[in-house]
Amino acid sequence: MCLAVPGKVIEIFEEAGLKMGRIDYAGTVNNACLEYVPEIQVGQYTVVHAGFALSVINEEEAVKSYEAWEELIETASQSGDGRYDDQLQTIRDLKENVEDDD
Amino acid sequence: MIVDTSTLSCPLPIMDHDTVQLAHGSGGSLSASLIEKLFLPRFDNAMLNQLEDQAVMELPACRLAFSTDSFVVDPIFFPGGDIGDLAINGTANDVCMSGAVPLYVSAAFIIEEGFAMESLHRILLSMEQAGKQAGVTVVTGDTKVVNKGSCDKIFITTTGLGSVPDGVMISAGGIQPGDKIILSGTIADHGMAVMTSRENLSFQTRIQSDTAALNGLVEKMIKTTTEIHAMRDPTRGGLATTLNEFASTSNVGIKLIEGNIPISPDVKGACEILGIDPLNVANEGKLVAAVPPDKVDAVLDAMRKHPLGRQAAIIGEAVTDHKGMVAGETLLGVSRIVDMPVGEQLPRIC
Amino acid sequence: MKYLDEYRDPTLAVKILEEIKNHVTQPWVIMEICGGQTHAIVRNGIDQVLQGKIELVHGPGCPVCVTPLETIDRAIDIAGRPEVIFCSFGDMLRVPGSAKDLFMVKSEGGDVRIVYSPLEAVRLARENPDREVVFFAVGFETTAPGNAMAVMQADKEGLNNFSEIVSHVLVPPAMKALLSSPDNRVQGYLAAGHVCSIMGYKEYEPIARQYKVPIVPTGFEPVDILEGLLMVVKQLEEDRHQVENQYVRVVRREGNKAARDIIQKVFKVTDRKWRGIGLLPASGLGICETYAAFDAEKKFSVDAIHVTEPDNCISGLVLQGLKKPVDCPAFGRECKPEHPLGATMVSSEGACAAYHKYHRN
Ligand code: SF4
Repeated sequence: MCLAVPGKVIEIFEEAGLKMGRIDYAGTVNNACLEYVPEIQVGQYTVVHAGFALSVINEEEAVKSYEAWEELIETASQSGDGRYDDQLQTIRDLKENVEDDD
Repeated sequence: MIVDTSTLSCPLPIMDHDTVQLAHGSGGSLSASLIEKLFLPRFDNAMLNQLEDQAVMELPACRLAFSTDSFVVDPIFFPGGDIGDLAINGTANDVCMSGAVPLYVSAAFIIEEGFAMESLHRILLSMEQAGKQAGVTVVTGDTKVVNKGSCDKIFITTTGLGSVPDGVMISAGGIQPGDKIILSGTIADHGMAVMTSRENLSFQTRIQSDTAALNGLVEKMIKTTTEIHAMRDPTRGGLATTLNEFASTSNVGIKLIEGNIPISPDVKGACEILGIDPLNVANEGKLVAAVPPDKVDAVLDAMRKHPLGRQAAIIGEAVTDHKGMVAGETLLGVSRIVDMPVGEQLPRIC
Repeated sequence: MKYLDEYRDPTLAVKILEEIKNHVTQPWVIMEICGGQTHAIVRNGIDQVLQGKIELVHGPGCPVCVTPLETIDRAIDIAGRPEVIFCSFGDMLRVPGSAKDLFMVKSEGGDVRIVYSPLEAVRLARENPDREVVFFAVGFETTAPGNAMAVMQADKEGLNNFSEIVSHVLVPPAMKALLSSPDNRVQGYLAAGHVCSIMGYKEYEPIARQYKVPIVPTGFEPVDILEGLLMVVKQLEEDRHQVENQYVRVVRREGNKAARDIIQKVFKVTDRKWRGIGLLPASGLGICETYAAFDAEKKFSVDAIHVTEPDNCISGLVLQGLKKPVDCPAFGRECKPEHPLGATMVSSEGACAAYHKYHRN
């Protein structure tokens, strides 16, 4: 149930007395109501369902997940055949990406 | 093809009315003035200019490809095109999917009373442009005006005639196991451009319709080889529908490599938000072809040299397994059915 | 797209899958509550690669599928009235009522419009003061705050031509009903991540304790689902039964208070009939007295409705996880997406539709 998609808040404004935001989903922009995430800032990511932001994406937690993946793949790549090198690089990039974004 | 008609230096001719009236379709003097002032200057050619009830033409001694299609798109103006160039390109494409060179087009207009003259002019301008691009001539036409509410703004029906070069035999039924399936570029641009421009969805996107006439590209492909076993443009119902038609008409299975299908990030984003599968979304300037493996490199090469085929890619293969069905491979390496969509694609929340 | 693509990474998915297989020592039965997860599982073949290790049974988490037939018939009745602009999410349009669906109402001249956000329905009410705008408010806890906000907003703007048919359902009562059924085989749950983004997962903690089942709020991408399954499996193997959060980037234990507050202001908890399952006490939301003026079912009197369910459809058992769609004799024969017998074949999230789309033959 409940299709919800992550997007980045690029602008916050008010419409008909409601806190609204312009959300960028990799180039396509749509408005969403931000009333339930009053703390949200421009540049943060949120998940949007039926035109409403449900929660602010927790970047710290996301990084923790990436770290767990890194570990998982590192143990796998200890066979040393380099099979997972690209994979590790991708995850490391993801981590940095989150940190840069702030 | 993207024609920004608003920048073309061709102002609306001075007309007695700002909007189309019932009398403009009555066959009387208002009809005549509409044809003369608005239509003829756009489709200027000897056959049409005679204003006979029919066009009489010499045709080369060859097999003919003949196709008709109606255009009722809403909205009529959308990012990247409008109902006018869509009507020309759509019919040129239907004709050239047989390998034919599209030559002549007829165009019939059903216009709702009260339709803005300005909009009609804009549509005709873009038809003129599209016709030039595709190298087709509009040789005969018809205009009817109906009561307000009897149609939605404007409907256009175009019919096209083209000549099939000797030795070319392309249908959806000729695919052999082992054939490679080639797609000419990104998918779902047209459908998502139209959907995201509907007012109630309040999107801001850079997504443009891909409407374009593909005959130039087809010509390049056929020059490389006449051994193209099947070709179609995946319009309504999207790529999934066309591939399923290929599989059932040719009685082969199709193995799809989804990761190879080009899609622009904007289109992908819009599809994610609306919960729509891009495989089911309409294209108006793309083709899929089945080509034998020994010809595939040459065909791809030729396609990539053409502006409409730059992102051409091999997206699958015809196989003897699962006859009549299209199967993709999931990220876990499991095969899954790729079905045709049941009806219109609707934005969903769950 | 960030926070999406990385959760679809094949190498990672395969790694986690291996981890699951390494941990499983006996076949476990795990239910994913949410239809969105069902769809992702079947689409990606997660159920197939886990065969013999984990049996995945599909839960009732598709709001379209569980909306009772009488509510759909009532909506169809209201949507056909000349003064009404009927607004709905796209999902509901093809769901068959007793005699027709909303698409047919539209073809008969009804003004039926698809909206993406409930606030668009409010805008339509604002722009069409001489028409009655009725919004079909279905969904789980995730959709409820938006639908509640639409009522508040209409009230604030004095739009008395706006109303909602509210048929909201709540997850925990349904979970409890399934768990207390004597037929229950489910040993662990993936809870619906987006529902938990609003509600948090505190209310699942007593359920996990009482019924001794691990519950893991989980996201919707393949890597999320595999991670969620891994977390459930580890608990089962270690004989633990706690609530553990997989969807940490989105879900917090306390949920979203602002959203819950507005649900409480506009809606009240009611008994609700679930299509295929039956009446469950305190399992739904309806409009509370303060906002009764916005209740479409009060505003428009609808004559007594007699519903007829096709008798060869076993969607009730499918929704309860007791049967698989392929167990249904009508599956793929009398019942197909183009002529569905039950709602589970219509909704993009319905288990029957997912099986038909990806696992036929
Ligand atoms: S396959 Fe059709 S008839 Fe059978 S349970 Fe599913 S919806 Fe009902």
